Amino acid sequence: MKQVVVKNLSKQFQVAERQPGFVGSLKGLFHRRYRDIQALDGVSFELERGELVGYIGPNGAGKSTTIKILSGILVPDSGTCEVGGMTPWLDRAKYVANIGVVFGQRTQLWWDLPVIESFALLRDIYRIPEQLYQQRLDELIAILNLDTLLDTPVRQLSLGQRMRCDLVASLLHRPDVLFLDEPTIGLDATSKFAVREFVKKLNREHDVTVILTTHDMDDIEALCQRIIILGNGKILNDSSLQSLRANISTERRIKLELQDNVTAFDIDHATVINRHGRTLEIAFNPEIITSAALISDIVSRYEVLDLLVENPPIENLISELYASNNIASQS
Amino acid sequence: MPANPDTGHLWQAYLSVIAARYRTLLQYRAAAFAGVVTQLFWGAIRLMVLLAFFELAPDNQPMTVAEIAAYVWLGQALLAVFPWNVDSEIAEMIRSGSVAYELTRPLNLYWFWFARTIALRTAPTTLRCLPMIIFAMWIMPALGLDKWALSPPPDWAAGIGFLISQTLGLLLACAMTMLMHVVLVWSLSGDGINRIFPSIALVLSGNILPLPLFPDWMQSFLELQPFQGLVDVPFRIYAGNITGSDVLVELAQQVFWTIIFLAWGYWALGRVQRRLVAQGG
Repeated sequence: MKQVVVKNLSKQFQVAERQPGFVGSLKGLFHRRYRDIQALDGVSFELERGELVGYIGPNGAGKSTTIKILSGILVPDSGTCEVGGMTPWLDRAKYVANIGVVFGQRTQLWWDLPVIESFALLRDIYRIPEQLYQQRLDELIAILNLDTLLDTPVRQLSLGQRMRCDLVASLLHRPDVLFLDEPTIGLDATSKFAVREFVKKLNREHDVTVILTTHDMDDIEALCQRIIILGNGKILNDSSLQSLRANISTERRIKLELQDNVTAFDIDHATVINRHGRTLEIAFNPEIITSAALISDIVSRYEVLDLLVENPPIENLISELYASNNIASQS
Repeated sequence: MPANPDTGHLWQAYLSVIAARYRTLLQYRAAAFAGVVTQLFWGAIRLMVLLAFFELAPDNQPMTVAEIAAYVWLGQALLAVFPWNVDSEIAEMIRSGSVAYELTRPLNLYWFWFARTIALRTAPTTLRCLPMIIFAMWIMPALGLDKWALSPPPDWAAGIGFLISQTLGLLLACAMTMLMHVVLVWSLSGDGINRIFPSIALVLSGNILPLPLFPDWMQSFLELQPFQGLVDVPFRIYAGNITGSDVLVELAQQVFWTIIFLAWGYWALGRVQRRLVAQGG
């Protein structure tokens, strides 16, 4: 069964334009100018139960608007949306009992209270039976290493600690669907890794459907089987990472470290794009020559110390996609 | 979708919200101490001014000196119940956009915030009320200021009537505060409403000048308007200035206005709720 069905979602915002300077401010007192922003423009997609999807796009592309509509907070201008058979914005209070949401830039924990009290409050708000609550809490605390933090007031937590606690907070009621809006923003490498591993485990073991928005391509690479790319409120691409690669650019790369300083490196079907002493980077098209054939060709002609086949970085793919759709990346 | 097993009751969720917010607000002990000192000072000044007038014109006053003293001291002790501010936490959430989380809770937003508001109106009162009552009821007489002291209610009926009326006054104050929260959502800033609303309510509730002391031609209006139920009604019942069947009439009026403000706030919050969410990406 489809867990999430989104059809033709559109949403427009009106933004008051302020004119700069003192005179502009005075004018603004009497006459306001409004500008329409099309945050979403006919967005449609479907998710199966247990899918983990990356939802990406530059700032202002409409990611957060989509998440807010899917969490029942925002009502779209047109289009339909069903999550687990319910329309989020009708009967919101009932709907949200089955979803979890994390907005990476904000916290859902009570700022002045120890972490454990926020959790207990959520237990009461979601009416989770004590025994289940304890069991889930113990499990989440063990995975995320939180046992030492529970009595700390939220305001004293580091960003990485806070985010781990926020993840627990969004999962105590065991939602079927989890919306993660930039969960790794501002985190250090270790915390990012912890969050990723956790989301992966959660998705695999509990079959939770996850929609993840992020600007961090490593998140996408590590987590998502499928990515939906948004630009100016429209979906530009909806496919697996693999087929995105195949569609946008077939180019692949090999990094080589040679024994000797070769001045005239020359191999058929490959071009040198970077060269730094004895380290070379070459690009080739796998549809013309397989990497195996190319490598054996190289090894037969040169003394190779080290060799690494690479995909082009996902950032490059996405900026190419934006470029071909005339979208300036503001991020 | 397998729904969460629904064991606890909904009211338990709201009670927990009240308790959590209450505990947070109890942390502001320095503010409470400063409040006690200021309010004692203000109470003394108000009392001195009023009693000076009473000495010039002792006859035909609508209230006795003892009733005035009770009115003033209760007004100071229970000042935090008065709807004089919005919940700063809600204001901050609206400014920062964290309010989105409030809407992802399986609770009705009005009652969710009403629960917060009950804590907002009661927690500071808990801290301030007792020391001020002790001061006005026992320390003042010990200092030889019997005339200025707060005396207990004249009889049991007055005491019980006061408790009921003060509870209704609290609910009315919460309903009014909720209406301030609606304006906060609508204007995205609590500064304006925090100034305008209390300045009207302070006068019309009797917090500046006891309502019976207003000119006669204003009395019929003052009797009917909603703010009377915040201060004037409970304090006069306490002091024995309203007695007998008049108490029931006043209580009914408090109930009436509380329902009106609850319904108004509920309707208005539903309407502005859509504005809440556009803030920030």
